[in-house]
Amino acid sequence: MDLKLKIWRQQGPDAQGKFVEYLVQNISSDASFLEMMDILNEELVAKGEEPVAFDHDCREGICGMCSLYINGRPHGPDTAITTCQLHMRKFKDGETVVIEPWRAKPFPVIKDLMVDRSAFDEIIQAGGYVSVNTGGVPDANAIPIKKENADLAMDAAACIGCGACVAACKNASAMLFVSAKVSQFALLPQGRVEANNRVENMVAKMDVLGFGNCTNTYACEAVCPKEISITNIARMNREFFVAKIS
Amino acid sequence: MAKLDSKVPEGPIAEKWTNYKAHQNLVNPANKRKVDIIVVGTGLAGGAAAASLGELGFNVKVFCIQDSPRRAHSIAAQGGINAAKNYPNDGDSVYRLFYDTVKGGDYRAREANVYRLAEVSNNIIDQCVAQGVPFAREYGGLLDNRSFGGALVSRTFYARGQTGQQLLLGAYSALSKEIKKGSVELFTRREMLDIVKIDGKARGIIVRNLVTGELERHGAHAVLLGTGGYGNVFFLSTNAMTSNGGAAWRAYKRGAFFANPSFVQIHPTCIPVHGDYQSKLTLMSESLRNDGRIWVPKKKEDAQKIQKGELRPTQIAEEDRDYYLERRYPAFGNLVPRDVASRAAKERCDAGHGVGNTGLAVYLDFKDAIERLGRNVIEARYGNLFQMYEKIVDENPYETPMMIYPAIHYTMGGTWVDYELQSTIPGLFVGGEANFSDHGANRLGASALMQGLSDGYFVLPYTMQNYLADQITVPHFSTDGPEFEQTEKEVQERIDKLFAVNGDETVDSFHKRLGHIMWDNVGMARNKEGLEKAITEIQQLRKEFWQRVKVPGEKTGMNVELEKALRVADFLEQGELMALDALTRNESSGGHFREEYQTKEGEALRDDKNFTHVAAWEYMGDDKPAKLHKEPLVYENIEVKQRNYKTA
Repeated sequence: MDLKLKIWRQQGPDAQGKFVEYLVQNISSDASFLEMMDILNEELVAKGEEPVAFDHDCREGICGMCSLYINGRPHGPDTAITTCQLHMRKFKDGETVVIEPWRAKPFPVIKDLMVDRSAFDEIIQAGGYVSVNTGGVPDANAIPIKKENADLAMDAAACIGCGACVAACKNASAMLFVSAKVSQFALLPQGRVEANNRVENMVAKMDVLGFGNCTNTYACEAVCPKEISITNIARMNREFFVAKIS
Repeated sequence: MAKLDSKVPEGPIAEKWTNYKAHQNLVNPANKRKVDIIVVGTGLAGGAAAASLGELGFNVKVFCIQDSPRRAHSIAAQGGINAAKNYPNDGDSVYRLFYDTVKGGDYRAREANVYRLAEVSNNIIDQCVAQGVPFAREYGGLLDNRSFGGALVSRTFYARGQTGQQLLLGAYSALSKEIKKGSVELFTRREMLDIVKIDGKARGIIVRNLVTGELERHGAHAVLLGTGGYGNVFFLSTNAMTSNGGAAWRAYKRGAFFANPSFVQIHPTCIPVHGDYQSKLTLMSESLRNDGRIWVPKKKEDAQKIQKGELRPTQIAEEDRDYYLERRYPAFGNLVPRDVASRAAKERCDAGHGVGNTGLAVYLDFKDAIERLGRNVIEARYGNLFQMYEKIVDENPYETPMMIYPAIHYTMGGTWVDYELQSTIPGLFVGGEANFSDHGANRLGASALMQGLSDGYFVLPYTMQNYLADQITVPHFSTDGPEFEQTEKEVQERIDKLFAVNGDETVDSFHKRLGHIMWDNVGMARNKEGLEKAITEIQQLRKEFWQRVKVPGEKTGMNVELEKALRVADFLEQGELMALDALTRNESSGGHFREEYQTKEGEALRDDKNFTHVAAWEYMGDDKPAKLHKEPLVYENIEVKQRNYKTA
């Protein structure tokens, strides 16, 4: 198939960006979206032009490194996948594809389609852990955990930290990301010990970093590659409330 | 010449590690903060070690190539992590895990290291549960286990099909805790380009900041590499795009011996190659072999019709299917080790029974499991893997059998390390896939996660301390010294040289060409003639690379093509050493299969008399052949025999 690409090009964080049009031809419908980008970049390099910068690594939907806002949707027109898992069979021959970076104030553009998501690391550093050191822990089976809770914790823990939730939200809210981590630990006895401090510190950090609030549009859940549920945000709100009054 | 001293402690095998810890040197709490440690890589080994060393009170600087430590490629491990807990009461023990690992590695691993690995495996599970890792559980609230290849017990703990992700996020959370505390300083989007030695000891690194393009100097009392394997030498592999063997290769060129470079794992269950534009291969977890049955059509005519698209697999009658693993290996069936399963698939496809439009695929079928357990159970166990498969191949594996084929997955070879995981450069430690130590010639499934975390949480924090105990009077290193100056200059020259070529062929094009040479000659089946050809072709390709490669853009700022060019330049050297090692090892063992050395049934035929050793290569200069050193492997606790997966 042949496609017209409109790609956001931006030299650096402070530079002015703009859309640049490219044509790619004879793309197999079995190719992945990022393989199509590779083909474009090979052509650009062969012509002596600078390739388009974009983040990617594992290319199997688990590292969370890839991003891309494709035709107005984070990770493109499929559901429950990342950009690297998106395949060209989801596009039509002759289609125009608009490719942009995540757009949110706490995720400044580094170059072209690459953004800085270190704000997510800072939120985790504010409390996204259980404060145990290596060694001196009880036997793994010492504390039985209800299977339902372990499964719900795993549902939340599946978050890959890609930032699609923030990119999809009109408020650039990070509530889905933060609530997934808060929920994972809130559901497990190991995490309960520090539950109150954790939710307060992580929410405070999220606010300081400039992420917006949640106004219940569910846009985050709709684009989440791991289908993290919005019920985690409700759980986080409960945890936050309990922490404030206790 | 330096002799290889494995430093294995005295005493019975079950007491070696306890004895070591009882007598090793320690650093007192007040002195720890005087000591700096550099950790390169934030996967299971690097991330866990950095967090644990920070907890102990050392000053740690940790570096990762991605934008966050949470993205290291350990995250992609799917199936599980082994431990000798024996929770299912099915006869497991530390000895049995040790035995299975040594046997699975085809008797080419160091006994004492493997025993220690089995010994600390249980601590890993305890640690991860305490961190809040949501392992799969039974209805009674206790942890669930499943089986993996090469074992007769169920000892694999798992978190759906995302075990690597959950374990890595556990290590990442421990690391984040230490970053917050200030004991660990984090550097992201950095790639290590050289090791700095002062008076023969590793004292620092040169990294390139991938955003600004600047070279940076960092000094420390000791350096730890947790930088993963070199599977991407083959271009197509299950490794992530930035996974590269560069750090370990640079260590090799600075004097660290490189062990068993030819020992590469080819994973039997990957999604087959579909086009020449393809950038990487996707693994389908080995755990699928718990319930999936592997087969090809018995009749060649059926296989040919399937290849042409005239017949569907579901139309092949039961009696016309060849469940070749169950046929050849009745005791282990579909759960034979990876090297055995991969070769068996290749054998069937080479004989004309392969499926898919290329004929280079076999079926992994869940029909029986779905009938026996119901679709819901299979979905709960493997749902995310089935979804991943469907997105890539556009076929529903609940209804049509999956197609799989072997692909490059893991490297057992790596930097040579002693029992303390220290390389032949004093002060340079290496953990996880980057070292060679525990898996011999073939790694069993669910053992990579075990080894990464064992090294990171429970081994390196002890052994590095033993080394650092007499360093407390050495002041913090200034990076203005002549050694840093000189090493940075050499890195800069390498970069300048790449730009100076200004040729007409892209980096990826060279990388693909190297990959073809490697896969054809240094892949699943190797022979003398092919390996000699590979060495000549790689030398020729390397020459061409330095005459014709095109690196566009600037030296400063972000330049992805330059990053790739630096890695491919290293791969072009490493590939040759892999071929040389394979050529020198005149036997078949584990993942290293030399066609000249096989039994009548086509199984790997070892030569224990001449090759029960680790082959450790020493760099002698760019124009000189590497020098081979041998570390003899002594088996005192396990009887060495031919691996048998046919009977229990």
